[in-house]
Amino acid sequence: MSTDLIPLAFLMFLVTYPSRALGLLTPWLDRLPRVGFEYLQLVGPAILAALAAVSVMVIVSDDGTPSFHIGVEWIAVLACLAVTAWRRNLLLGLIVAVAIVVIARNLGLAEIPT
Amino acid sequence: MGIAVSAIGFGFVYGLSAREAGFSPIEVLAMSVLVFGGASQFAAVGYVASGLAWPGIVLLTALLNARHLLYSAALAPWLSKVAFGRRAVMAHLLTDEAFAISIGHFRRLGYADTWGYWMGAIVSTFIPWTLATLAGVILGGQIPDPARLGIDIIFPAAMIGLSVGLLTGRREVVAAIVGAGVGVAVALLTSPAVGIIVGGLVGPAVGLAVPARSSHETAPLGTTASAQAFGMPGTHAEQRVDERPGASAEEPR
Repeated sequence: MSTDLIPLAFLMFLVTYPSRALGLLTPWLDRLPRVGFEYLQLVGPAILAALAAVSVMVIVSDDGTPSFHIGVEWIAVLACLAVTAWRRNLLLGLIVAVAIVVIARNLGLAEIPT
Repeated sequence: MGIAVSAIGFGFVYGLSAREAGFSPIEVLAMSVLVFGGASQFAAVGYVASGLAWPGIVLLTALLNARHLLYSAALAPWLSKVAFGRRAVMAHLLTDEAFAISIGHFRRLGYADTWGYWMGAIVSTFIPWTLATLAGVILGGQIPDPARLGIDIIFPAAMIGLSVGLLTGRREVVAAIVGAGVGVAVALLTSPAVGIIVGGLVGPAVGLAVPARSSHETAPLGTTASAQAFGMPGTHAEQRVDERPGASAEEPR
């Protein structure tokens, strides 16, 4: 069984951990002014929405060029948003999103990603 | 439960992808335990498969995971009273999911519930993720066409679903919409990793421009009512309200 990529995993850990730890282990961050604290509280909604939007709207070709994507994935993500907000149940939202994609792809209404 | 399902689905797809790229189960396990970052692990599979040199992979990983700095800074005021060693361990378990669960949970309760953090980071994310990646790499060959199962939609759907719990007023909604719009625009001009970071930086700045008095908080955070509505079972907002950062017990946010 190959173990060649374990050093790569360790190097990836070495560059990931500082970004996770710097904020938590920096002593002055708990004395932020109120505006700084309020800014940081808005980071969550902004970055989660950015992650979702970029994941379904931007695809990267084999040569690394990003391009705009329109597809059933938009509908699925919006449906998940609506169901989660309505029922306060993320699991139900995920089930609805997956169901939409499965039905669309298996009926030939949406392309299957390669 | 929704987070665990998301971690299982996303982790399984990662295991499948890694298998296709020639990763062994022990290499997949090392990635999941040491890196513990879904998006960067996925990207690394593509980089390895395309033959990109390791320094390039490491650099791109650092860029893709730089958003955790924002998460870490956002959680810092809440966790400042936790012992240094425990915060150092908490840092390694900080993911998109763990952040979203814990920051929403802390804000609703009005104090840092460290037990809630461990639950969200380990039980709902780390364990399901690690086991699902292993299952994907070991059992993946038996699934003929995983894309037909729609598993790839779980990650973006989970991210948007998680953001719902944080949308408690106009400021948060503005930050989310601007973050998404800017993120996509910048991603198209540069790369997805850069777009996500820029969206995460610009969205909150624009959200802050909404005056606090007109932010229309629909569920004031840190109050008993919001904790009862959204808090983890067994927690009570009446406890330790004075530990809320940046606010006093007499002045709930």
